[in-house]
Amino acid sequence: MTLTLSRPGRTTVPRRPFVTRRTVPYLLVLPALLGFMVFKAYPILAAMYISLTTGAGAARSFVGLDNYVRLVNDPLFWTSLWNTGLILVVQVPIMLLLALLLALGLNSSLVRLRGLWRLGVFMPSLTGLVAYGVMFSVILRKDAGLLNWLLSLFGVEPIDWLGSPFWARIAIVIALTWHYTGYNAVIYLAGLQSIPKDLYEAAMVDGAGPARRFWSITVPQLRPILLLTVVLSTIGTLQLFDEPFVLTGGGPDNSTLTISLYLYQNGFRYFDFGYAAAIAYALTLIVAGFGIAQMRMQKR
Amino acid sequence: MKGWTLTFVLAAVFGLCVGPFYWLAMAATHANSDIFSWPPKFYPGDQLAANTAKLEESIGLVNVLGNTLFVAVAQTAGAIVVSLLAGYAFAKFRFAGRDLFFVLLLSTLVIPGGVTIIPIFEMMNDIGLIDSFPALILPSLSVPFGIFLMRQSLLAVPDELLDAARVDGAGELRVLWRVVIPVMRPVLAALAVFLFLGAWNDFLWPLIALRTPEMYTLPVALASLQGLARTDFGQVMVGTAISSLPMMVLFLILQKQFISGLLAGATKG
Repeated sequence: MTLTLSRPGRTTVPRRPFVTRRTVPYLLVLPALLGFMVFKAYPILAAMYISLTTGAGAARSFVGLDNYVRLVNDPLFWTSLWNTGLILVVQVPIMLLLALLLALGLNSSLVRLRGLWRLGVFMPSLTGLVAYGVMFSVILRKDAGLLNWLLSLFGVEPIDWLGSPFWARIAIVIALTWHYTGYNAVIYLAGLQSIPKDLYEAAMVDGAGPARRFWSITVPQLRPILLLTVVLSTIGTLQLFDEPFVLTGGGPDNSTLTISLYLYQNGFRYFDFGYAAAIAYALTLIVAGFGIAQMRMQKR
Repeated sequence: MKGWTLTFVLAAVFGLCVGPFYWLAMAATHANSDIFSWPPKFYPGDQLAANTAKLEESIGLVNVLGNTLFVAVAQTAGAIVVSLLAGYAFAKFRFAGRDLFFVLLLSTLVIPGGVTIIPIFEMMNDIGLIDSFPALILPSLSVPFGIFLMRQSLLAVPDELLDAARVDGAGELRVLWRVVIPVMRPVLAALAVFLFLGAWNDFLWPLIALRTPEMYTLPVALASLQGLARTDFGQVMVGTAISSLPMMVLFLILQKQFISGLLAGATKG
């Protein structure tokens, strides 16, 4: 801010200050507005146009809905959609259930050192993508990998995690679960701690057992937070990119190719910007559709 | 008894979450040939200095760290200022278009990053900013989450506090500097940590926007190492450990703010 305030006493005729109560809000939002226009609003509209074109730069030409027609007839797009949906349906319920159990444990007054455990389970969610990729490529190695070592303690034979289509998907689910369970558990924990204690006390006076208290108090009280995490996890998983990008590259045999990864491959490996933009808009529609559907359920 | 069982289960989960970080730190101190031994090594070796020297030789560690730090600090500082100013306007002033702009800003949160990345790449290419630090910094200055967080926190600051300063003859900038910033310090710190870690770890956009190894940030440089046919894992482990260091340090120091910041984000819906 290099704007000068008028300083009374220096000039005999008082100037009207430039920064007044009327003008100040516009000046305050101006940087945010500029950033929004240039790096959000314009690109969103430009991507819409690019999705209707083919080629780039001077060679760009308008092709109407050709990219979208191609998309609907592209078996790889459907594969990526199927893979993303499969991982979503399997991973999100497992993770959220584990997160809820973890939060209940972290909230139990019987447990020692709760602060330490909470700190630890939150750490994976802060890991950067590359560090995460390096760690998991090591964890999931067939020979001398950490996970296979851990399983060998229980007598399990080494598994070729990233080498078979079946295990590669499981590996993605494991990696995702490691990454985000603690994050969701900490959100649930805050929800649990905001449930009024006297609800439980009243239920105990009425003779309700632990299971009854859980289903009749905890679950209904947590409902808004549970729904929030379902929405956020669903939206996040629909855009799944990091795990397949760093761990499998979409393979083997396209078994872990997700929509976002396919978008990236088309845009920045084949430099087919028009087609990549069409995939991006298809993904936006899917995300928005899921988001709206889940919000509706929440209202009910 | 039941408490101990539960404590044991949580300790095991803790081990699963933290174990990989511990193993990473240990692996950074072993030679490439010893890293993948069976059973895994969970004790420190003596190759940390050698691995670090090799990493300096292959990616220019000092230069890369400088790049990463510069970009992360510039991005954080810029985004903090933009978020604070806009959040203040949204929370404490009435102006034409306020609600419309706010809704538009938040609605971009649901648009996948893949949508904007191609036009931003073309834009940067057209104005010749590809392979420069501004290409990394500029697109991340207007952060909807940061603006939202600032607005929510400022709504809780009583108007009387600001009006009292105005009655005392303070101009609008002075009110911002002397009244708003001091009361916002904890939230600003939390936001700064989030933004810094995000910028420090940012990978995909720098990978696309940078070309020459001298400009690389740490995540891009580490990824380039792994692309080589024979990866020396000793180097990779040192680099990875270094890249996780700020996260761990900041988190341990600021864990309270961290988690409250996370929750503010979580309730954004």
